[in-house]
Amino acid sequence: MDLKDEMQRVRFWVNQIGNFCLRLVWHFVHLLVRSWYLGVGVANVIESYLISSGLLRRYRFIDVGKLRYLAIVVESDDACQISKVIQLLQWLQAFGVKHLCLYDTEGVLKKSKESILAKLKNATLFEEADERDLLLDQKHMTLEFASITDGKEAVAKGGNLLFMKYLKLANSGAEQKEQIFTEANLTEALRAVGYGGPEPDLLLVYGPARCHLGFPAWRIRYTEIIHMGPLKSMRYGSLVKAIYKFTMVRQNYGT
Amino acid sequence: MKNAGIDKAIEILGKLVRFLRKSMIHIISVGPMPDHVAFIMDGNRRFARKNNLSEAAGYRIGLLALISCVKYCSELGVRYVTFYAFSIDNFKRRSDEIQPLMDLFLEYIEGLMKEGSIVSRYGIRVYFQGNLKLFSEPVRLAAENAMLATAHNSKLFLIVCLAYTSTNEIVHAVQESCEEKWGGAILLNENEKNDAESFVKVTDIDKNMYMAIAPEPDILIRTSGDTRLSNFLLWQTTCTYLYFPSAFWPEIGFRHLLWAILNFQRHHQYLTKRKKQG
Repeated sequence: MDLKDEMQRVRFWVNQIGNFCLRLVWHFVHLLVRSWYLGVGVANVIESYLISSGLLRRYRFIDVGKLRYLAIVVESDDACQISKVIQLLQWLQAFGVKHLCLYDTEGVLKKSKESILAKLKNATLFEEADERDLLLDQKHMTLEFASITDGKEAVAKGGNLLFMKYLKLANSGAEQKEQIFTEANLTEALRAVGYGGPEPDLLLVYGPARCHLGFPAWRIRYTEIIHMGPLKSMRYGSLVKAIYKFTMVRQNYGT
Repeated sequence: MKNAGIDKAIEILGKLVRFLRKSMIHIISVGPMPDHVAFIMDGNRRFARKNNLSEAAGYRIGLLALISCVKYCSELGVRYVTFYAFSIDNFKRRSDEIQPLMDLFLEYIEGLMKEGSIVSRYGIRVYFQGNLKLFSEPVRLAAENAMLATAHNSKLFLIVCLAYTSTNEIVHAVQESCEEKWGGAILLNENEKNDAESFVKVTDIDKNMYMAIAPEPDILIRTSGDTRLSNFLLWQTTCTYLYFPSAFWPEIGFRHLLWAILNFQRHHQYLTKRKKQG
């Protein structure tokens, strides 16, 4: 009995030491990963400086006309840094971006909409924009503000509109009912309930991780998604590089 | 004699690689591991062109890569693995491009049902999700039979998205939700119908999605370096870590999965917090 107990104790301690060593190795592996990203970060800072100062020739002339609609996703905790957001918008405006959607999950940017528009020159809300403003002023920009409620909840609202049509066809055949539920009709329904924003060509994510944080699913079918890092470390050169990379992309849309 | 020596060396190398892989899995399993990994298998044709192979050969090698990924995911303890095999948009390709793919699907699906296949060895339940009505009857029947034949397995759920796009999935889920609510709504009078704020809710749409059989993906990997989702799992990837390695799909290896998981672990706390707030 004593020997059995002793063996169990030894096995327990061997397990504990083994688990501790495994944990140490795991932390060491993650330390190596962190070091890798530190190196990549330093290289990005240098590259961004070279791009901003115009030393890298290929970034000097970028056809921004290809970028018809840009979306920016900002981590909600960082979205309170309105001055950073405004600086980013000023960079994009100077670059020639005409139409932009600002998104954060919790709607912090939506609540700061008035102060953002007040601090930016030549910017109007997307919903109120007039084609004349865009033609007269090269640097004029339209801004759309979105949050998580513009995603799944919007689709549910659009779905309800289709449902009302479906109810009206209560006595019709299955074929007529099928014709209600199409992608085109849902797009139209979304527009009718106020969620008809266009599909962005490019989505820049300012946050800790590469994920779209719930940007309206209906609008990002073929959108290029680029992770820019946290908003507090945003750099003009990195922005230019992201837009340049987008202009080099060729899509075949599944064909 | 020389051949026997080379064979022996290859065998030892194989065992060493397997040992290193299992050791690495043991180490990274200390941290949080993903429950669901999704893949966009992009780059089969470009891989074939790069290596002077036919497109059909590229797809066959891509199929081997899929089988390897399923094995690695099984070893890693991943419970749900989803592959974007054929988009509704892919029907726009020429028929001489589509037919070899259909033949490959049939061959693959029939292979899954054989004794000793990866499905029986790893206890895999197979699902084919998407608008299967768009396929020919042989492919549709083979898919339905495979799903029935593997329904008793539960160690790993292999979801193959065929004739799938996210927008089609959303419309289908809205339709299903409307059909469910129809019975209750038809009994209401006109005023009650107009007063009702919403018959169809997000939870109704969620439960009618093709992908309702699995939790939201923790990681989504798209090969070939393209950084878009191409109408795949748009509804389900709110807090999914996206990884876009530049390797073509047939070149994907354990090292890519390992890197994706290490990055998932780095951001796990943040993604979990975001998921709870959502």
